Amino acid sequence: MAEKSLEEKVKDIIVDQLGVNAEQVTNEAKFIEDLGADSLDTVELVMAFEEEFGVEVPDEDAEKLQTVGTVIEYLKDKTEK
Amino acid sequence: MKLENKVAIVTGAGRGIGAAIARIFAQNGASVACVSRTLENAKKTADEIQAMGRKAIPYAVDVSSAAESEATIQKIFTDFERVDVLVNNAGVTRDGLLARMSESDWDTVLDTNLKGAFLWTKPVARAMVKQRSGCIVNISSVVGLVGNGGQSNYAASKAGLIGFTKSVAREFASRGVTCNAIAPGFIVSDMTDSLPDAIKQKVVQAIPLGAFGKPEDIAEAALFLASPAGHYVTGQVLAVDGGMTM
Ligand SMILES: NC(=O)c1ccc[n+]([C@@H]2O[C@H](COP(=O)([O-])OP(=O)(O)OC[C@H]3O[C@@H](n4cnc5c(N)ncnc54)[C@H](O)[C@@H]3O)[C@@H](O)[C@H]2O)c1
Repeated sequence: MAEKSLEEKVKDIIVDQLGVNAEQVTNEAKFIEDLGADSLDTVELVMAFEEEFGVEVPDEDAEKLQTVGTVIEYLKDKTEK
Repeated sequence: MKLENKVAIVTGAGRGIGAAIARIFAQNGASVACVSRTLENAKKTADEIQAMGRKAIPYAVDVSSAAESEATIQKIFTDFERVDVLVNNAGVTRDGLLARMSESDWDTVLDTNLKGAFLWTKPVARAMVKQRSGCIVNISSVVGLVGNGGQSNYAASKAGLIGFTKSVAREFASRGVTCNAIAPGFIVSDMTDSLPDAIKQKVVQAIPLGAFGKPEDIAEAALFLASPAGHYVTGQVLAVDGGMTM
């Protein structure tokens, strides 16, 4: 089986963490408004991303990550460095 | 065994109330990270626990130091792999009338008693949220409830701890993590041994049950909150004070 892409991994984590359907997790979806996350969910999501991708996300960056797409772009950027 | 296979961190575990809490947790099956300012004291408690056939590791750290605390907490997670119970018990007094209180006496007390609890709760709570269970117990004081002349710094720190407790309880309740405070009255310990006899006598007269409490009385309350029996209790302040604050 082919290695999952970063995008797929991110979406898997979101489905798992928020208990939403995969179809809901579009790039435009907002965590709080569209996916029903509360503020602690968003902290947990960031913790899960940090663990999966071995990166550290400073709080000032985390605040800006409000949609699925921004997270994917952000993590691509981070992991390429 | 109320705490079988559980891991607990107890700060200020070297003597007094903290040592009694560490001991009773171990007697009930827990492994204990014994945190104290001096390695000697932490080791004494850890040795006692190891003699019971339980795992215990001593750590010497100033809980008011962010860097030391962070490094120690990381070490604890490596050594024990998880944490189920955190008891923020380390505390100090620097008594004096407000009119004469130095800034450093204010800072020392607030930094140890209140900021220390923040520094230890934050990373531990994050891990507890992830495991969807955990129990935090903050050792406040009746002085935080009713105030005490000559202890404005201490009272502020202990009252602050109560507000902190309730807020943490609200933030993490949805993740199965509880947070409660215990407000001990006057307990026999190094902290109260230093009181002049005349004061001690006056204090006893103000205690309905007519005597100082023992560290074990506080430890039993902490055990209740940390054990499955206390799982439905969160955001509370349990006064264990011989009736002083009823
Ligand atoms: N004894 C009482 O009557 C009484 C009453 C109410 C509340 N309390 C509270 O209970 C707790 C324990 O009190 P005790 O009577 O056992 O006191 P104690 O002085 O015997 O023990 C305090 C412990 O905290 C540790 N400690 C202090 N500052 C520290 C720091 N910066 N970093 C790491 N460890 C530190 C000490 O090393 C010691 O092991 C304290 O928070 C105290 O305020 C005690």
